[in-house]
Amino acid sequence: MNKQNPLRPSATFPLDVLAEIHRSAEQGVYEIRGFGAKRSLPNFDDLLFLGASMSRYPLEGYREKCATNVTLGTRFAKKPIELKIPITIAGMSFGALGANAKEALGRAATAMGTSTTTGDGGMTEEERQSSKTLVYQILPSRYGLNPDDVRRADALEIVVGQGAKPGGGGMLLGHKITQRVAQMRDLPEGIDQRSACRHPDWTGPDDLQIKIQELREITDWQIPIYIKIGATRVGYDVALSVKAGADVIVLDGMQGGTAATQNVFIEQVGIPTLPALRMAVDALKELGMHRKVQLIVSGGIRTGSDVAKALAMGADAVSIGSAAMVALGCNKPVYLEDYQALGTEPGYCHHCHTGRCPVGITTQDPDLEARLPPKAGARLLRNYLTTLTLEVQTLARACGKSHVLNLEPEDMVALTIEAAAMARIPLAGTDWIPGT
Amino acid sequence: MTRFDLARDSVRSLNQRLHESPAGHWVVSHPDGRHCIAAGLDAAVDIHIEGHVGYYCAGMNQQADITITGSAGPGVAENMMSGSVRVKGNVSQCAGASAHGGLLIVEGDASARCGISLKGSDIVVAGSVGHMSAFMAQTGRLVICGDAGNFLGDSIYEAVIYLAGKIGELGADCVEKKMTAQHRQCLADLLSASGVEADPDRFRRYGSARKLYHFNSDHAGDY
Repeated sequence: MNKQNPLRPSATFPLDVLAEIHRSAEQGVYEIRGFGAKRSLPNFDDLLFLGASMSRYPLEGYREKCATNVTLGTRFAKKPIELKIPITIAGMSFGALGANAKEALGRAATAMGTSTTTGDGGMTEEERQSSKTLVYQILPSRYGLNPDDVRRADALEIVVGQGAKPGGGGMLLGHKITQRVAQMRDLPEGIDQRSACRHPDWTGPDDLQIKIQELREITDWQIPIYIKIGATRVGYDVALSVKAGADVIVLDGMQGGTAATQNVFIEQVGIPTLPALRMAVDALKELGMHRKVQLIVSGGIRTGSDVAKALAMGADAVSIGSAAMVALGCNKPVYLEDYQALGTEPGYCHHCHTGRCPVGITTQDPDLEARLPPKAGARLLRNYLTTLTLEVQTLARACGKSHVLNLEPEDMVALTIEAAAMARIPLAGTDWIPGT
Repeated sequence: MTRFDLARDSVRSLNQRLHESPAGHWVVSHPDGRHCIAAGLDAAVDIHIEGHVGYYCAGMNQQADITITGSAGPGVAENMMSGSVRVKGNVSQCAGASAHGGLLIVEGDASARCGISLKGSDIVVAGSVGHMSAFMAQTGRLVICGDAGNFLGDSIYEAVIYLAGKIGELGADCVEKKMTAQHRQCLADLLSASGVEADPDRFRRYGSARKLYHFNSDHAGDY
């Protein structure tokens, strides 16, 4: 670079924008990719815990109990879900993920006393066998949906939307459609499989109320029914989910991951988890249903402090998808040549859609899948979940809480004006909550 | 024969009994548009429902043979796996949605999205069907003895449509295909199994052009 006359990049057309225009001009189609939003968003890092002091009484870290159990589905179901930790595994499809990855998720969840979730494409035998508590998703595509699996599920989750693409359907590209995936989905091998954005047999909350009644009838009112929504008009969606009869609401913020979605969808649609969670809790409180209809929040949960802050804002539990995959090895600096073959590097990879996952998670290729033995993967995820749980307990004890669900908004302050406004938590050093 | 009067007892009670001790022949009276009647059955039981039913009657049916003497609301026999459902009247939208197996017979007309997301079931409609029928239908067969509304078979995969009457407009990637003697025989067998009288020679066959099986930006207008 010439120091006398430095090159000046355009703020309107920075290098990544230029590259995307060049790519679009060559290919004539939007970019489809995996992972989640890469843009910077207000998040839980913008909140801090205050901790106990003269006016609050902390608990002794290694001596005084800080419970982590949570019960989900107490509204209508005869058999609510009992979890030992408030961290669940989010829905991820067999097809997007390989069978080994699904089994690893199930094994780790079972070892930790929490639940895992199926995804588009139905329930595999491996994940049912490896998962003590398995939530069965009912999605618009209805791929692989059958009443035998409905009846052997521990809860049902009606997926209305997903944080990475609220309002959008799915796409599993043809190169991931092996014989087994195709058979489970009743479609030919090797073709692009589109998942619808709306359910085929109901439209709107009034229909959904009857749909839930049908599912309760089929399961004899035994198991909880969740509704999963992508974070957009959260206040309305939560209220309508309550009205439709949900036992549990799963709220997925825009940082939530995906196996294959248009980049424009991932980055430009939805709202961040932080304001979405506050809006959901407000809606539940307004209806007098907070803690009666349980709230699980997902989308960008990475650390024990993220979990603790979500609980303090009023969630009953969190759900992790991307972070669980990272624990299994996603973006790990191994098999470098395979990352490079995809045109990426560890730390930047979002190539789940290609089916060439270097670490064997989002692939149907037997050679790649062999890089993730289920038991070894489960051990990694179990360690990670243990770490998260210890971190949540550490923070809760510091705030004087004998149960992690006793964390509350009053335990926190916001670092930025944006976070203060979105989370309705006062800006640190003030009693100011913008917008109130 | 077991008689069950929905004017005196609830749908919940009926379904519980059908789940716990399903056997023989059941007659269900006074359905009066109630929802989710006979949902989630998994037994070779014969059920006769005397009147009109609401949403999701016979939802996810397995093995049972169910006859509805009146009309049915949305989603009748949705996600059916096996058995049969016969509706003597008309059916509302999304009849047989995502059904994987079994046979759905509609003696009257079917509203919009009949056979949407079909995954292997056979549907025979003696009358006409509404718009977007067989939308994203994957496998299975939809027989329409009357007319079809607009966008029939939109985004269809490997399902097969037989249509005797007129059609408004075909959906994206749905095309007319050659009707061979083998297809006529299959259709004749299906009509015979469903008890619907129609001349197989009157039918045309429709299916996927398979242009949308792999994304191609030059076909973007078809999506």
